[in-house]
Amino acid sequence: MRTTNTQTVFLDNKEGKTFKFLWSELKPKGKIFTPFNIISIPVIITGLVIMFIRFTQGIGSVTNLSQEVPWGLWIGFDVVTGVAFAGGAYVLVFMVYILNLDKYRPIVRVTVLNGFLAYLFYSAALLLDLGRPLNIINVIIGNNFGVSSVLFLVGWHFLLYMLALLLEFSPAIAEWLNAKKMRRFLSGLTLGAVIFGITLSVLHQSGIGALFLMAKDKIHPLWYNAYMPLMFVVSSVFGGISMVILEGSISSKVFDYQLDGNHKEHHNSILHGLAKICALGMFVYFFMQIVIFIHQQNESYLFTPMGYWFMFEVLGFVVLPMLLFFYSYRRRNILVIKVASVLTLLGIMLNRMNVSIIAFQYDEAIRYVPTWQEFVVTLTIIFIELWVFRWIVTRMPVLRKSPDWVKDTH
Amino acid sequence: MNIDRRRFLKAMGITAATLAVGSKTLSASEPKTDSDVELKGILYDAARCKGCHGCEYDCAWEHELTEPDEIDDTIRRKTDETRRTVVNAWQTSKGEVFVKTQCMNCNDPACATACLTQAMYKTEDGSVIWREDKCMGCRYCMVSCPFDMPKFEYHSTNPRIQKCDMCYNLQQQGEEPACVYNCPNEALKFGTRRELLAEAHKRIVENPDTYYPYVYGEQEAGGTSWMYLSPVPFEEIGLNIHVQRQSYPSLTKGFISSIAPVDILLPAALLGIYEATKKNKPSNEEKEDMQ
Repeated sequence: MRTTNTQTVFLDNKEGKTFKFLWSELKPKGKIFTPFNIISIPVIITGLVIMFIRFTQGIGSVTNLSQEVPWGLWIGFDVVTGVAFAGGAYVLVFMVYILNLDKYRPIVRVTVLNGFLAYLFYSAALLLDLGRPLNIINVIIGNNFGVSSVLFLVGWHFLLYMLALLLEFSPAIAEWLNAKKMRRFLSGLTLGAVIFGITLSVLHQSGIGALFLMAKDKIHPLWYNAYMPLMFVVSSVFGGISMVILEGSISSKVFDYQLDGNHKEHHNSILHGLAKICALGMFVYFFMQIVIFIHQQNESYLFTPMGYWFMFEVLGFVVLPMLLFFYSYRRRNILVIKVASVLTLLGIMLNRMNVSIIAFQYDEAIRYVPTWQEFVVTLTIIFIELWVFRWIVTRMPVLRKSPDWVKDTH
Repeated sequence: MNIDRRRFLKAMGITAATLAVGSKTLSASEPKTDSDVELKGILYDAARCKGCHGCEYDCAWEHELTEPDEIDDTIRRKTDETRRTVVNAWQTSKGEVFVKTQCMNCNDPACATACLTQAMYKTEDGSVIWREDKCMGCRYCMVSCPFDMPKFEYHSTNPRIQKCDMCYNLQQQGEEPACVYNCPNEALKFGTRRELLAEAHKRIVENPDTYYPYVYGEQEAGGTSWMYLSPVPFEEIGLNIHVQRQSYPSLTKGFISSIAPVDILLPAALLGIYEATKKNKPSNEEKEDMQ
């Protein structure tokens, strides 16, 4: 088993030493030719080239977006789906810091880091999709606030939430730098950041659903309803947690050497707890789907091609994983939990893509299909995010225990 | 319950911050300021239009867009980033009818409500204009528009939105929109929306055999500045009759006005839950006892 002996330095020391430390941390640790690197490096290079073309020849040169379908994969997957996947961060901090469920504390830091990186990179994806990205400054500096716009709300809540996530994660950065005073200060801000962050999350998760409220005539009635904001929040709870489960089981394999025995011991019990929350969340969601379905009298659409597609989504990727979660919770089966969480994530993806792309302008003659460039850019963003994640996890106390000088367990 | 001073101040701070954010968002749901200026509009009479396509050329010339090539009436065309208006021929129960399409310049436009920089903007005169220096190119206006009218220059590095703004610049100089001014058949009429509606209903009453008794645009999407008269039912000439009567921004009003209460009440509730569940967490002394 490898041991992690990170160099440490006191920030109070001379500057020269600090820079030396930071410089040494910038260098890669571990092998360079891993399968992950071999796959991701060519993709990232191709993606960067495509981004260059996008900025020199316009969005239309690399995407299949049209006048009828103005939002494609970059919004529908990177932003709309990605934000739901990152919902685990607000759910977990709620459980750990607000409900004081100490059991989940070992995974809260890695989840917050994941959430922060996800938001950071989805904002980058958003910038790629903007036709005139420099004018985004208008939204921030208050050169005409479009306060009646749902997107304005989402944008601001997005931005502030990133700040809240950074604050929630900042004690780990302070521990890495061995900055004791700063850590005490930063961890004092955690509760405020958590309360602020949860509020912002609830509003922007629902806001993403509310974005599509005005597209009433364009989205298929099986997916469009006035309760989309609520549905988006509820599904972000179990979507986010499923991501935590999946991500947790991958990183506990990849970064096994970082975990202390205590964490490993608790890991299964944490997973069971999360599975239970998912199962209940999905039950609520499914129940709401049924109520909306009956209320809107959608029966007539059920046996049409779009109706089959809807049943595929709801039965295959909501009901089935829900039952699996219930089963795994009763039988204490870790494998089933993992399968269920993958199905759930696919279901969230399907749902978000349906609302934003597939059931959007469903009767249009020419359907939008993303170009290969759009896929490569999406992959590029995910890969760069994973690179940054790996860089941070191998350096800062995210999965491993905090240094000994840390007394409280924030 | 004992809340020490520091925690109390913290809670106050959070509440104050959310109040500040909240009040900003709350004002969003209020309508734009009323003024004495009446909304202008354009009445299009499909019974009078002979399909000369002259308005397409005038529009292209006025807005510095490429003039259309020879137009084939058998092909149905849509507006796009190179043409703000098109006239199509429709075979109907009363023979061939020509229909001009362009942005409807809604009274309460979805695009302007969607726009987070107010680049899309409903002026007092009724024009829905697009302002180049504000737009960030997110295309949310296109997602929201029930008529699919804002068009985006996908192949430009500094793309613009193209759509009819009823020649806002000409109107500012006291002139009529280009298409209205040049129409040889008086199929287009420019005026205040009130006058035009009266005129439209007058034409219907005076010529009951010529017109289908409905003014499209009077109520569609909460009313639009462009209004249509037709000799045949409007679904026969390809206008979207499924558009709701309410304005589209009314669909998000409920959500927008619920933001402020959530921003204010949720942090307070969370703090309350935190205080209530604090006992779940063993204090350091208890932990030591346990070990």
